[in-house]
Amino acid sequence: MINKSALCMVFVIGILTSLASSTTGQTISDAYKGNIYQPGKLKPTDSVLKVRVGDQAPDFTLLSVTGEKVSLHQYRGRKNIVLSFVPAAWTPVCSDQWPGYNIIRGVFDEHEAVLLGITVDNIPTLFAWTNQMGTLWFPVLSDFWPHGEVAAKYGVLRSDGVTERALFVIDKKGILQYIDVHDINKRPPLENLVKELEKVGK
Amino acid sequence: MKVVGFILRPRILWILLVIALMSPVAILAQALQKGGQLPSIVLPIPKSTEEKAYLGLSGSGTFKIPQIKADVVIIEIFSMYCPYCQKDAPGINELYDVIQKNPDLRDRIKMIGIGAGNSAFEVETFKKTFNVPFPLFPDQDYVIHQACGEVRTPYFIGVKIQQDKSHRIFLSQQGGFPGAQPFLDQILRESGLK
Repeated sequence: MINKSALCMVFVIGILTSLASSTTGQTISDAYKGNIYQPGKLKPTDSVLKVRVGDQAPDFTLLSVTGEKVSLHQYRGRKNIVLSFVPAAWTPVCSDQWPGYNIIRGVFDEHEAVLLGITVDNIPTLFAWTNQMGTLWFPVLSDFWPHGEVAAKYGVLRSDGVTERALFVIDKKGILQYIDVHDINKRPPLENLVKELEKVGK
Repeated sequence: MKVVGFILRPRILWILLVIALMSPVAILAQALQKGGQLPSIVLPIPKSTEEKAYLGLSGSGTFKIPQIKADVVIIEIFSMYCPYCQKDAPGINELYDVIQKNPDLRDRIKMIGIGAGNSAFEVETFKKTFNVPFPLFPDQDYVIHQACGEVRTPYFIGVKIQQDKSHRIFLSQQGGFPGAQPFLDQILRESGLK
């Protein structure tokens, strides 16, 4: 016969053990207060790339948070480009990725590069979210409708409708020079991106 | 049924409960409480001569916070990627300057930063971007961040170090940096230095 105190202890042990395994390995800035949704650990990648290094980068035109239309081709011959797809607004790793890029504008300038941040969120959501990051120097683009069309062209749209955490470096001729479809649960180390900018910027 | 009977023996249950209470989350819940002690934080002795001298360390290898030559150590858990850490950086630098310019305080209060989830490159980027004058250490694999209870950044910890190198936490604060002078006043008051 199972007595009540034994059952209570089993319950407590179960709760503590499940909580113990829930450490996140992520930082969350106090800037977002309690407004970051915790999706838990996700499948690292969940899509099939449709482009390769050496390919012409698929062109696109998307609306930015500040209301301008931004096209990839407008930078042709003038700037190297970094596309930073992040999965979703108000989620842990994404919220602490672009603010890091925001303090290294000098590195992008030095290598004649621009950064385009892209998510599949709609403009009002991106407006509210990016406002918590301070003033961003780079365009933030919405791939909301048709939903994830640009992400799908590159092959980084996941089966649940968000994108991978992916970086694409495109040279001034519009050729893809670097692709990192990163584990969605982790932030790509900054040094990897800077090394690629150094290569493409020469 | 035999297995169930075995698991539910009171002695076994108490052992399991003790193990659960020693689990990471239980330790996290107790982390950084005022009056308590720091979790195990092991840092590399800086290579820079200036930073070594500032912390009163010598040689190479690793050190623990109470080995820093000071009465009080202020630790900022930050991230290069955290907007508030970026915004507060000039004010934190000012705190360092105010302390260093005060001959009664500069040898008694030391500051360090720990970059949660940041690589050495990312910590160095933060240091250069904001001209941070005090030592910063990377915590790329979140080991220290997890030991400290996965606090949101920035997080400030004040530690009082006794002559026998024992220590206690006197300040444990989520963000809310009030400016250099008010924060120094708070440190002096709560540490008992004043």
